[in-house]
Amino acid sequence: MSGSLADERLAEAGQLRLTWWRFKRHKLAVISLFIVILFYTIAIFADFLATADPHATDARRSYMPPQGIHLFDENGFNPHVYGLKGQRDMKTFKMVYVPDPSRKLQVEFFVKGYEYDLFGFIPTTRHLFGVVGGTPVDGVFLLGTDQLGRDLYSRLVVATRISLSIGLASVTISLILGVLLGGLSGLYGGIIDTIIQRVIEVIRSIPTIPLWMGVAAALPNTWTVIQVYFAITLIISLIGWTELARVVRGRFLALREEDFVIAAELAGAGQMRIMLRHMLPSFTSHIIAAVSLALPAMIISETSLSFLGLGLRPPAISWGILLQDAQNVQVLAGAPWLLLAAVPVVLVILAFNFLGDGLRDAADPYG
Amino acid sequence: MLMYIARRLALAVVTCVAISVLTFIIIRLPPGDFVDAYIANLASTGSNITADQAQAMRVEYGLDRPVYIQYTLWISRVVGGDFGVSMMWRRPVTEVIGDRLWLTMIVSLSALFLTWIIALPIGIYSAVRQYSIGDYFFTMVGFIGLAIPNFLLALILMYLGFRYLGLSVGGLFSAEYAQAPWSFAKAWDLFKHIPLPACVLALAGTAHQIRIMRANLLDELRKPYVITARAKGIPERRVIMKYPVRAALNPFASSIAYVFPYLVSGSIIVSLVLGLPTVGPLLLQALVAQDMFLAGTIVLLLGVMTVVGTLISDLLLMWIEPRLRLTGHS
Repeated sequence: MSGSLADERLAEAGQLRLTWWRFKRHKLAVISLFIVILFYTIAIFADFLATADPHATDARRSYMPPQGIHLFDENGFNPHVYGLKGQRDMKTFKMVYVPDPSRKLQVEFFVKGYEYDLFGFIPTTRHLFGVVGGTPVDGVFLLGTDQLGRDLYSRLVVATRISLSIGLASVTISLILGVLLGGLSGLYGGIIDTIIQRVIEVIRSIPTIPLWMGVAAALPNTWTVIQVYFAITLIISLIGWTELARVVRGRFLALREEDFVIAAELAGAGQMRIMLRHMLPSFTSHIIAAVSLALPAMIISETSLSFLGLGLRPPAISWGILLQDAQNVQVLAGAPWLLLAAVPVVLVILAFNFLGDGLRDAADPYG
Repeated sequence: MLMYIARRLALAVVTCVAISVLTFIIIRLPPGDFVDAYIANLASTGSNITADQAQAMRVEYGLDRPVYIQYTLWISRVVGGDFGVSMMWRRPVTEVIGDRLWLTMIVSLSALFLTWIIALPIGIYSAVRQYSIGDYFFTMVGFIGLAIPNFLLALILMYLGFRYLGLSVGGLFSAEYAQAPWSFAKAWDLFKHIPLPACVLALAGTAHQIRIMRANLLDELRKPYVITARAKGIPERRVIMKYPVRAALNPFASSIAYVFPYLVSGSIIVSLVLGLPTVGPLLLQALVAQDMFLAGTIVLLLGVMTVVGTLISDLLLMWIEPRLRLTGHS
């Protein structure tokens, strides 16, 4: 492409297009965007992707190790797993599971399994894949099972739903608080600004985890999973809004003196209109970047609280609750696969961090 | 300068008051009051008190008065050093907490020093050798450090230590010193156990601080005075260390105010995983048992100590930063 043609395209491109071009240059951010989309897709189709009922316990398959799927046999492509045979180790009296080659279990696509509602309203029993036949104890345990014999892979997939949505919900509340208070602070300045800034400073200088623990522990035991979910969301977001408010305030302060704002004021536009129609659109990209940087912190908060046993409570399934099972070194020594629940946590946090980094760089495409 | 100190002091006092109000709310959050919980606790061990005695206790603790008076009564007791009695342990709260509060602060402060010692040279290196292999390497490590919640890191290290080294990682003392009174040998034992929890705690903060130092120094390095210094033939090492590094140090140092609360916060959950005798495990036990005076006191003391720590660091910062000292703001 010749230089003049490129210049022409650059001159014609809108802000969104420019932002996207800038964003694309950050390769890691693009990859992270796909990872984030992938995880949210998993969250939406969680039950469909699960192979076993994440709540179904069975003492006969306690602490089964991860099972590999064999893709080929003597007849070519024919995915299957071997049934597992439990034996007691006569030295430690622990159950040891070994594959039993005589029992080959077929792995097929779109098999029937436990019943669930797709998207919350389409009742179905179809799952992406699973084993056909075998005893009730059999199944395909991609990541092994926990103490109660629940399939870790299915639980991880289903946990994605709560862990990711609680992050989104908290960040939404934080965003509303942040834009509102940050906006007020930046727009009016003076005494309002001083008060809000001091409040932010006070909140930031308090160690958060003890505070969360205190409030979370006071939630009544009788509350349902849904109530606890919303309470935890609120607790997390009430402390998390300060950074967003800081970003919004900074942008408002910077924009207040811009020519187009003065022009709008002279043209007789109302305060609200200037704020929402003229100023806010020019820094939405900054807000999106700040949000994607705030999300991982929210996810870590939920995971930490649930890990401590003060956040969500079983039967809710979240990454923190899964990690709670892996708290003990004695347990981990016998069933190290329980630590695999940490992998999606780290992946998602990493992806959001890179994504936020890329977005922040791209947020100001004229710079 | 006096204005600045006065402002910091006023803010610290306001923060402490805010923390005390929050603490009081936490103490009062569970249904029922302290006396109800006390009676339930007594009943579980078989003893009982009469309704009259319960009423007398309520009057004694002021529980029959309006909330704001209750708060005033509570806070005046606290200021006088009376934090109440732990229901779980049936001993004064201060006795139950004992050394744990100081150990929490020692662990957090060690993590803070470690953060600085690691972040400063790496930040300088990454900025001066921008886009070198080393810079990419530290950036990578930094991002991974940010992505692994510290309790997970503790868990993974413990598992690895157990699996491959046969060690039980964790604790702050060897078995023979755990119950022993303080002595030089015990302090030395503590010193030997500190590095692991300090590293676990410091990783995420270090990653963050490296980014800050790198970004600040990169901004400074592009300024004309650096070119001038080079043009005058000052050795490269002096050009960098003498001027831009010192200028870049200020935003880096002032971020300590946010790092310290974060470390104290993190130490609670890391202590649980690593079994450190800090206030972390005690706080969790107290919360689960709804031993609210113990839990509230821990939250309050942690908060206040964090504020004091931050205040001291702010004043130290003022001492090393002439711009702040002369104008009163950075």
